[in-house]
Amino acid sequence: MREIVILSGKGGTGKTLVSASLAAVGAKEAILADCDVDAANIHLLLQTKAVKTEVFYSGELANINQDDCISCGRCMEVCRFDAIGLSNQQYKIEDAECEGCGYCEKVCPAQAITLKPRRSGIVYVSDSRLKMPVAHARLDPGADNSGKLVAKVKDEARKLARAENKEYVIIDGAPGIGCPVVSSLAGAKYVLFVTEPTQSALHDLKRLHTLLQKFKPVTGCIINKNDLNAEMTQEIKLFLKENRIELVAELPYSDLFAKSMIGQLTVAEADKQMFTEFEKIWKKIKERLS
Amino acid sequence: MTTPPPYRIAIASGKGGTGKTFVAVHLAKMISTSASCTLVDLDVEEPNDSIFFPEMELESRLVYKQIPEWNEERCTLCGLCSKTCKFHAVMQLGDSVIVFNELCHSCYACSELCPNDALPMKNQTLGTIGIAKSNQLTLVESRLKVGEEQAVPLIKKTHRNLQTEVNKTDYILYDSPPGTSCPVVAATKPADLVLLVTEPTSFGLNDLKLAVETLRKTQKPMAIIINRYGIGYEDVEQYCEIEKLPVIAKIPYSRKIAEAYALGHIVTESDPELLSQLKNVVDFIKLHRNENA
Amino acid sequence: MKIVFTSQGPDMDSQMDSRFGRAAYLVSFSSDDNTVVAISNSEVASEAHGAGSATSKKLFELKPDVLITGNGPGETASKVIKLMNIKTFANAHDMTLYEAYEAFKQGKLKELAL
Repeated sequence: MREIVILSGKGGTGKTLVSASLAAVGAKEAILADCDVDAANIHLLLQTKAVKTEVFYSGELANINQDDCISCGRCMEVCRFDAIGLSNQQYKIEDAECEGCGYCEKVCPAQAITLKPRRSGIVYVSDSRLKMPVAHARLDPGADNSGKLVAKVKDEARKLARAENKEYVIIDGAPGIGCPVVSSLAGAKYVLFVTEPTQSALHDLKRLHTLLQKFKPVTGCIINKNDLNAEMTQEIKLFLKENRIELVAELPYSDLFAKSMIGQLTVAEADKQMFTEFEKIWKKIKERLS
Repeated sequence: MTTPPPYRIAIASGKGGTGKTFVAVHLAKMISTSASCTLVDLDVEEPNDSIFFPEMELESRLVYKQIPEWNEERCTLCGLCSKTCKFHAVMQLGDSVIVFNELCHSCYACSELCPNDALPMKNQTLGTIGIAKSNQLTLVESRLKVGEEQAVPLIKKTHRNLQTEVNKTDYILYDSPPGTSCPVVAATKPADLVLLVTEPTSFGLNDLKLAVETLRKTQKPMAIIINRYGIGYEDVEQYCEIEKLPVIAKIPYSRKIAEAYALGHIVTESDPELLSQLKNVVDFIKLHRNENA
Repeated sequence: MKIVFTSQGPDMDSQMDSRFGRAAYLVSFSSDDNTVVAISNSEVASEAHGAGSATSKKLFELKPDVLITGNGPGETASKVIKLMNIKTFANAHDMTLYEAYEAFKQGKLKELAL
């Protein structure tokens, strides 16, 4: 089993549409995992139908048992997150502020505080229009996006790949450059960057590349909207060359990306030429992995 | 006469890349022509509002978080700290105690519960806050240190630091981090009004719904700006109508805007349609302010 | 010599687990007397944050001379491993623990400079 992770750092570069299009051309040999859990979108393009759902817990949350509470206020004194408030003479935890450090539980003289698992989202295994199973998740509003949820989605995808005897797992990676990204990278054989010719996209590309030094996967890059800023595109190409990242494809600025979303199709399905383009990309990735 | 408190507007979006920064920098430019305005870049992992103000030079200062530091002499190796920390940030390994700064949430539990005061709290750099002023515009940039993973503490610190400094400004704009998780909640917390920037696609709509769901919990008034308007997907507008969310501007889908943005240029001067849409937003903000004064 | 592997299962025929912090098992193999000890790491795999740090504590308790893993440990775990002076070899993907051991003996695995 080989894992291919698609990353972009900055949002809006077309990462998700690239992931979905690769899934469309590689549907027979791959499983798709959407690890962009903060704003998961692939299920919209692939019209997924959940076959398995699992509520997901991450971290902990303090809870005050009002029957046992002696209203000493010690918990509120020690909390550094302003997560304990006093209203109607009752001490209460503000769930959104609580970080689950457990300090209040430790100091409560009446043992009125317990920590319970915090619900943070739902993990799905779904069927899709591409006749390819998809593992994805939905983070609860305002929840903490941890590496654990990403790891869970990947685990489900791996199980699917084993069960269905598929050789590749295509992973739409987490955005940004933080902890969830590191989680989506674990186990990656190939990392495909999707970037665009803007200062901030190149900046993120560089930071992601630094992050990869330890993992040392095979790397490739797609420059999307390459005609928006020729100078910047050159600068990106130079960076790729210096760091021996393969330039896998360049795609021009096109409303095809937006239009295909509206038709709820992947770019590869919406346009014949694009389909051929993505077949080429998929072939290149597979060659580098063999 | 006392000056009224600043009016606070957060600019957010569920999905990344919808044009949140674009809207924030343009609004700041526009508002600052007639009133004092502070733009606060809270996209701390990747702040880039300042790219659009090359003439403004940021004066930065360090921001700290507090983390425990092991004092070997006082420590009796009782192991309580290791057991106390829920984040695996303090660990006793054999006869030494290691603190993992990136994992620490600064809850103080290990430090204050230590029977021998062997883990006093010390300052640790979290990031920087930069400030630049030019006429009526103040630019604030909050930047997380590379390798630091927790955005929320820095966002909270920025809010706290600004309380005293920008009280005299008429408007404060917060450019929030993308997504729907806790950094957004922290960034929009002091706001009187939240502007959500979305795009008319199924992705945009899906992420808008998530953002609305998150912000509804905080009971903030919200208004919607549709960017890249005109690519032909009406569901976003239908959704806003059903949810009674006012759509206050529709920024046209244009290659020209995308090009200028890629170059880091402000585009209003050359684009009358964009100008009039942004004016709608400014009018809405002013109206909202007067109604809630 | 004592070697610890990050593993998907509890014995030497199991597949290597590429992950360090969220590895399913730590399997310790002593080349002196061929003993194998497996420690389940499942409760750590379900930690929200700090999996690397928690797993490295277990590694510390096993006191190995060598660690063989896939991707290589993250920043936090690397600090601990460095402190313990454990030689770390990465890139052992898609193989069983035995195969990884053979590859290690033949010098085919890369030592990480932590």
